[in-house]
Amino acid sequence: MTAIFRKELGGYFRGMLGYLFTAFMLIVAGIYTMAYHLSGAYSNFAYVLDSVSFLFVIAVPVLSMRTFAEERKQKTDQLLYALPVPMSGVVLGKYLAMVAVLAVPVAILALYPLILSQFGSVSLPTAYGALVAFFLLGAALLSVGLFLSSLTDSQVASAVMTLVAMLVIYLMNGLADFVSSEASASLMALIVLALVFAVILYLLSKNPIVALGAAALIVGGLCGAYVMDASLFEGLFAEIMNGLSVFDRFYGFVGGIFDWKAVVYDLSVIAVFLFLTVQSMEKRRWSE
Amino acid sequence: MIEVRHLTKRYGGHTAVSDLSFTIEPGRIYGFLGPNGAGKSTTMNIITGCLGPTEGEVLVDGHNVIDEPMAAKKCIGYLPELPPVYPDMTVTEYLKFVLRAKGVRRADWDAQLRRAMDRTKLHDVAGRLIGNLSKGYRQRVGIAQALLGSPKVIILDEPTVGLDPAQIIEIRELIRSLGKDHVVVLSSHILSEVQAVCDEIMIIAHGKLVASDTAENLTALMAGGAHTMLTVRGGEDDVRGVLDGVEGIERVIPMPAGEGETAVQLVTAGGADVREAMFFAFAKANMPILEMKRERATLEDVFLELTGSDPAHEKEAEQA
Repeated sequence: MTAIFRKELGGYFRGMLGYLFTAFMLIVAGIYTMAYHLSGAYSNFAYVLDSVSFLFVIAVPVLSMRTFAEERKQKTDQLLYALPVPMSGVVLGKYLAMVAVLAVPVAILALYPLILSQFGSVSLPTAYGALVAFFLLGAALLSVGLFLSSLTDSQVASAVMTLVAMLVIYLMNGLADFVSSEASASLMALIVLALVFAVILYLLSKNPIVALGAAALIVGGLCGAYVMDASLFEGLFAEIMNGLSVFDRFYGFVGGIFDWKAVVYDLSVIAVFLFLTVQSMEKRRWSE
Repeated sequence: MIEVRHLTKRYGGHTAVSDLSFTIEPGRIYGFLGPNGAGKSTTMNIITGCLGPTEGEVLVDGHNVIDEPMAAKKCIGYLPELPPVYPDMTVTEYLKFVLRAKGVRRADWDAQLRRAMDRTKLHDVAGRLIGNLSKGYRQRVGIAQALLGSPKVIILDEPTVGLDPAQIIEIRELIRSLGKDHVVVLSSHILSEVQAVCDEIMIIAHGKLVASDTAENLTALMAGGAHTMLTVRGGEDDVRGVLDGVEGIERVIPMPAGEGETAVQLVTAGGADVREAMFFAFAKANMPILEMKRERATLEDVFLELTGSDPAHEKEAEQA
């Protein structure tokens, strides 16, 4: 695992990617620090992180797109399969390398509140609490990107899929607000979601029976529940979306609340997607 | 060293390898020979744990590749069809990465590195990016990677594809020298290569093992197919008349010949030599023999016979 980790981390900083990512994050964070603290004289550093968090939508695909897609393209994945390293070690090594790259700008950002506190009162607990949450948010999103990269052998496809996924995750709360809170609207939205899930399931398993079966089961269940008690569905869609949103949980930290549930949620997202990545890589060994 | 039992691999409806069984003993160089798409790479990928078999099992040094993958993989150095190298790393960086991944102790790194680079003559390019190296050097980096950690078995999938003739000779010599300390298994669709390097040849066609023996034995197997070429001045009917009097001739196949000459190819029972009898028979009939030549079956004939494919284009590829 350490071999893969070192190779990957080296890869980010042998090329431009690691530097580009760090510079990009720092420039945007710098602009917001100027605007909020130097010009606006706000005392909460978390506002900067809040504004910078949208960058993950672009930065995560850039970091994660090549991880597995490029290995498959260059057929170097054969080496990963043949080396005496378990697939979980390979996935973890690659993932931790990405997280280490993310840690570089985060470590530099950690200096900002200290510098700012020289010139006024800054709530350091809020600032560092939000920074930890910012790091975890990025780490959770990177695990999604890693998984999507393991599904394809094209960096472009991997980048586009991850970008769309990041956008959906970022806009999740906003999307939920578009759906009216009426029960019927919630039902429709959930059915659409179930169909999207079935399509993804089909793409992954190439098994139409499983995908159709799953879709029928979920849609049937939803309709059944709706007939039984329509009031259950009032505002349900928005609630589910808000419940799933990683960004929404991050906003709590910006307000100065250190929410342990959010930390556990981010770690769970990471665990689930790393597991899925290992499965996706193992699956290729068995089918192809 | 390697035991393959009833190996089958199916991709959807297509069967790439079907019920393949063989044993690989230490101290020899083995060659998988077969036309393109015969299942050579699939078999190698399964032995090295890169692919899971649909049925059957593989034991490497007593370790099942599926149940104890780490122990089995430590015994194997593998060069896939395309050398699995990273273009953005230098040769030394790459080899150190592989050493670390193979779990070689740091104290042994220098010795391992030197040995692998000596064998593959990589010292001149040690500090260069792999992406800037020629195909031949990348192939050598791939082989060096397989040597690291001194595995008991080295598996090379088409090690000489895409190399120039001088490089091919170098790599063949390297493989022969590797055969002294390791079990080497290589695959090729080029007959002369396998014949030149390997102690034991396994011919694979349509996912099945059709023959497994030394080159000499395989050729001897086909001795029954030896034939004699004969050109005589005279008409075909006269020639056939004379040949009817010679014992042991099974078949007479007419061949194109010049004006007033008759050329035939003769197949004899059990490959018997009938040249002397023919000489006297034709002398008695007062017909001069212009040319007479006995041709032994080559490994190429064996290959053709067993795989039912035409190696002509492979010969071209070899010459090119």
